[in-house]
Amino acid sequence: MIEIKNLYKSFDDKKVLQDINGTFMQGKTNLIIGASGSGKSVLLKNTVGLLKPDSGQILYNGRSFVDADRDTKTEIRREIGMLFQGGALFDSKNVEQNVKFPLDVLTKMPEDEKMDRVNFCLKRVSLENTNKRMPSEISGGMQKRVGIARAIVNNSKYLFCDEPNSGLDPQTSIQIDRLLQEITDEYQITTVIVTHDMNSVMEIGEYIIFICNSRKLWEGDNKDIIHSGVKELDDFVFANNMMRKFREVSF
Amino acid sequence: MFRVGQYVLFLGALFKNRESFRTYVNLVLDECIYIGINSIVLVGLVAVFMGAVSTLQTAYNLVNPLIPDSVIGLVVRDLTILELAPTITAIIFAGKVGSSIAGNLGTMRITEQIDALEVMGINPVSYLVLPKIIATLFMYPLLVILAGSLAISGGYLAAEYGGVLATADFFVGLKQEFNPFSVQFALIKSIVFAFLVASISAYMGFYTKGGALEVGQASTRAVTVSCISILLADFVLAQLLLV
Ligand SMILES: Nc1ncnc2c1ncn2[C@@H]1O[C@H](COP(=O)(O)OP(=O)(O)OP(=O)(O)O)[C@@H](O)[C@H]1O
Ligand SMILES: [Mg+2]
Repeated sequence: MIEIKNLYKSFDDKKVLQDINGTFMQGKTNLIIGASGSGKSVLLKNTVGLLKPDSGQILYNGRSFVDADRDTKTEIRREIGMLFQGGALFDSKNVEQNVKFPLDVLTKMPEDEKMDRVNFCLKRVSLENTNKRMPSEISGGMQKRVGIARAIVNNSKYLFCDEPNSGLDPQTSIQIDRLLQEITDEYQITTVIVTHDMNSVMEIGEYIIFICNSRKLWEGDNKDIIHSGVKELDDFVFANNMMRKFREVSF
Repeated sequence: MFRVGQYVLFLGALFKNRESFRTYVNLVLDECIYIGINSIVLVGLVAVFMGAVSTLQTAYNLVNPLIPDSVIGLVVRDLTILELAPTITAIIFAGKVGSSIAGNLGTMRITEQIDALEVMGINPVSYLVLPKIIATLFMYPLLVILAGSLAISGGYLAAEYGGVLATADFFVGLKQEFNPFSVQFALIKSIVFAFLVASISAYMGFYTKGGALEVGQASTRAVTVSCISILLADFVLAQLLLV
């Protein structure tokens, strides 16, 4: 479980996040949604410690992260896996070395055990015969899956994904969404996903926070989202035709 | 001014929160091979020609019959050891290795690879940059020694086949009034230059913002700033150690 309490963040005098609160639950896919530029990525980066909030608290299973000493920070970080928007695979390493990397630097596991774990994770994301390929030689969707494998290889307790299906076709997007949900449930991970894809929201939104104009305007799940009564959220949710039709049918 | 401060903090971060010694040994070896292979041919080629040309030109300028031909050997030797081998090679090195370091780190920055390391709890400055700096500190003095030897060989080739002076005179000149401190001085210079090129280029790449265009700009800036700092350091070191 990750708790965010009264989080504020601004750049120079631009207020990007104001008084954000939320609780991301274990074993659930937690979504952060909002329009482009609303501060979703900034919220995610604050949560994983790539940015430092101006004020507020972030608790990982009760352990405060923001003002933790270096050892606690490292301890928490080693439980975090993250999938970046572009995959962020190390381009000088092949698929197998990429997935193995966290084990190499963070654990003292013997080599054959590492390889077993790597192959297990690659199999979990349906990438069996790509071990020796370089990141530049595989497709965007495959890169994302390698990224997921790398994020979970060290038995991460917390998984963060920044727009896991941007730039992917609808079918591959759904595959990635389902994969994330399955993994979350199977290993009881606390998963936080930034997205502005309504398909993902309806598919895997077990807990959703909606950010607009630097504030959290709504939280809930994908069943409640279509009748939230919040105007800004309705504008976001029903921006496309399909969702509007869906509303007509369901009312 | 902000940049200078940021650069100093960047250097400080090199030694914080490091990984195991073995991790570094492997990384440094990889970088050594990469840096060596990357620059050895160009450096060697330039050195041979530099030596040959400076021999020919010195000979061309020394027409006074009172000055023995062996002086040419002496001039070429001192010129090579004091200035050509360490400094000119450094400029070439900045162009080749500096731009590659900045481009490499800049790409890692904009594709979030550096963020990925940080999220894993790895200090990206020490993990990525320290091995590059250490490898450069090892490899560059070796390249300078190679460049020096090749430049003098180039001088010999010019003497032998250029027909401007007798090879024997050239060798006599090489051994005349030799001051071993000039070799020490060249090595001190090469260590300082190596550090400047590696750390400045790494700094430029590491703090790249934006996209592919900015990576290119960071590379160019890395080379420019490295070259200027090499020339400044060259002057300061000569002032401090020779005068
Ligand atoms: N490092 C930074 N320095 C200054 N401003 C920033 C920085 N990072 C983000 N911002 C600003 O914060 C705001 C929110 O950015 P953010 O990247 O979080 O948007 P987002 O919700 O993730 O959008 P998208 O869906 O397009 O990714 C933007 O207006 C952006 O200009
Ligand atoms: Mg974003």
